[in-house]
Amino acid sequence: MATMTIAKAINEGLRATLTGNPKSLLMGEDIGHLGGVYRVTDGLIKEFGDDRVLDTPLAESGIVGTAIGLALRGYSPVCEIQFDGFVYPAFNQITTQLAKIHARSLGKLTVPVVIRIPYGGGIGSIEHHSESPEALFAHNAGLRIITPSNAHDAYWMIQKAVECQDPVIFFEPKRRYWLKGEVDVQNPGLSADPFKAHVVREGSDATIVAYGPLVPVALAAANAAVEDGRSIEVIDLRSISPLDFDTVEASVKKTGRLIVAHEAPTFGGIGGEIAARISERAFLHLEAPVIRVGGFHMPYPVAKVEEDYLPDIDKILEALDRSLAY
Amino acid sequence: MGSTQLPPGTEESLAATTALAAAPGEPTEMVQLLGPDGALGSDPIFSDYAKRIDPEKLRVFYTDMARIRRFDQEATALQRQGELALWVPLTGQEAAQIGSGHASQPQDYIFPTYREHGVALVRSVDLAELLKQFRGVSNGGWDPRENNFHLYTLVLAAQTLHAVGYAMGIQRDQKAAAATESSDPKAAVIAYFGDGASSEGDVHESMVFAASYNAPVVFFCQNNHWAISVPTEVQTKVPLANRAKGYGFPGIRVDGNDVIAVHAVTEWALEHAREGRGPVLIEAYTYRVGAHTTADDPTKYRESAEEAAWREKDPLDRLEKYLRAEGLADEAFFEQVKADGDELAKYVRSTTHGLEVPDIRDAFASVYAEQHPLIAEELAWFEEYSAGFESDQEAAN
Repeated sequence: MATMTIAKAINEGLRATLTGNPKSLLMGEDIGHLGGVYRVTDGLIKEFGDDRVLDTPLAESGIVGTAIGLALRGYSPVCEIQFDGFVYPAFNQITTQLAKIHARSLGKLTVPVVIRIPYGGGIGSIEHHSESPEALFAHNAGLRIITPSNAHDAYWMIQKAVECQDPVIFFEPKRRYWLKGEVDVQNPGLSADPFKAHVVREGSDATIVAYGPLVPVALAAANAAVEDGRSIEVIDLRSISPLDFDTVEASVKKTGRLIVAHEAPTFGGIGGEIAARISERAFLHLEAPVIRVGGFHMPYPVAKVEEDYLPDIDKILEALDRSLAY
Repeated sequence: MGSTQLPPGTEESLAATTALAAAPGEPTEMVQLLGPDGALGSDPIFSDYAKRIDPEKLRVFYTDMARIRRFDQEATALQRQGELALWVPLTGQEAAQIGSGHASQPQDYIFPTYREHGVALVRSVDLAELLKQFRGVSNGGWDPRENNFHLYTLVLAAQTLHAVGYAMGIQRDQKAAAATESSDPKAAVIAYFGDGASSEGDVHESMVFAASYNAPVVFFCQNNHWAISVPTEVQTKVPLANRAKGYGFPGIRVDGNDVIAVHAVTEWALEHAREGRGPVLIEAYTYRVGAHTTADDPTKYRESAEEAAWREKDPLDRLEKYLRAEGLADEAFFEQVKADGDELAKYVRSTTHGLEVPDIRDAFASVYAEQHPLIAEELAWFEEYSAGFESDQEAAN
């Protein structure tokens, strides 16, 4: 067991990947000598050289497009997109090419590309640096989307993402980069499957589903609810596509109440998808409508008001109150 | 100062290339060896490459150009008869495609657009497979690994980046091979695109990446003068070959209707790339004689006189003139070529009729490489839903 931050855990996970898989390589803007704007790739260029850790030209479509070509040649590229709001120039390559090559070749070609994206707000940053675009990618078949919320998961999930033969978008909760946790580098345990949700707190009165940066918030809300005598279950989704509806369904069948929290706008989001599926699978078990807690239908607001935008403990508790009073 | 920052070898290449694109406003030289009159000219660099083409190879060029033109006619007819949803004709561009395709080696990898039927022929792709996409029975059709010929890409210019990435992979493989003193032949990549696609950002990014990493890639732009209805002048104010200069690698404009020059220039460019001297841009100056696709109507946007002028520069006619004048092919040869073309057309027609309609279950099976619960769930629902119809049918019987 070692204690490390999420950023360090990803760094160590990438180091393990580069060591174990000679076809793996990292590419992105400023990821080499600088070690990435969040230092997630710190020191890797020194260790593995610039053939394996590439400081690329400043062009997101170029990064993903050339990664696809490298994957077609048998490589396993891990791309870094510097910030969530800058992934859009690569959106065409990701959705029309990367997501579809396996399908359009009827499985003859695989493109095991991993795209790391630091995402989410809460760091007081400027425009385009705080977004949560996961739903835009989740809507595209052919992609897998995962997001860790703790250091142990971060260490193992990045390695599993590279091993996966499908393209994986790896959303990194940037405001939790410095969150420390225990990492077992010998044994992945439950982290071995990156596509399964984890029940991170058991409870009986209601379920909160969250992922990435909001998992600690959901846990804090659940702990606060104890004061009111409430027993709240918390699920860390971990994977957004595929989405582990079985784990959510089982929990809802137990608690009868479901809150889904994410930073992304609720409209057209992952919460809506979960609400729809759970209403199909567990309608008669629901004691209240599924409630979503998320961003408003607006461009991510300026940093000085982002606290009003972001889901926090109070917003989740308010949703719990509504659900439990229904 | 500027030139000292160019990738290694580029300066010499730039100096060695007579047909380097001129600066904006200056007339651009075009490499031409076989003129429309069928007379063979010379070029200080590329004549040496043309000399490598023996008479037998020239006859193959002619045969392939004639075959692919005949194929194009047949596919157009199949579309008119409702057998294909759409067809993308290549007539007029045979020399650009057959010449460049034949310059490639088996170990090279090709990224086509959606009009490179001639290159597909040269790379031994079954032409009936090629029609699957246009008949609506597949989005690919062939196994790209068999002939190192990638699937057609319909999103313009997206494949130019894939080509550069693939070339970066070749670079790494060759570095590893050199360490083990492997005797694998050196390889390069060709990225095809058109004058319309040259405006896409991905072409720019692919050239930036290729130059930065000195990737072994040849950008082969067929300037066929029309991006559906928009003329090249709207895409660029300078000859497209000139753009290479801005990226720091050689750019060559070649007569795209001259199969000998296209072959020579492409062979030079591929050798340049394989030898680690970096990318090359070739602009094959040609003309799309037919429509953009069978859904297009060129009479709405261009003059028939322009088409007629380009027909005078026809790539097949000029090679036929040369072969006849030099006594390299007789009447029997041309009759045989025609018969072969008709045979190919017959094969393509009958195979098209027989192309199997896939099962949507194949689509479920190929979305992901690894097991995916949503796919499994939706497939299970579909099976149950379909079975409902079958039991209704049984009940009715």
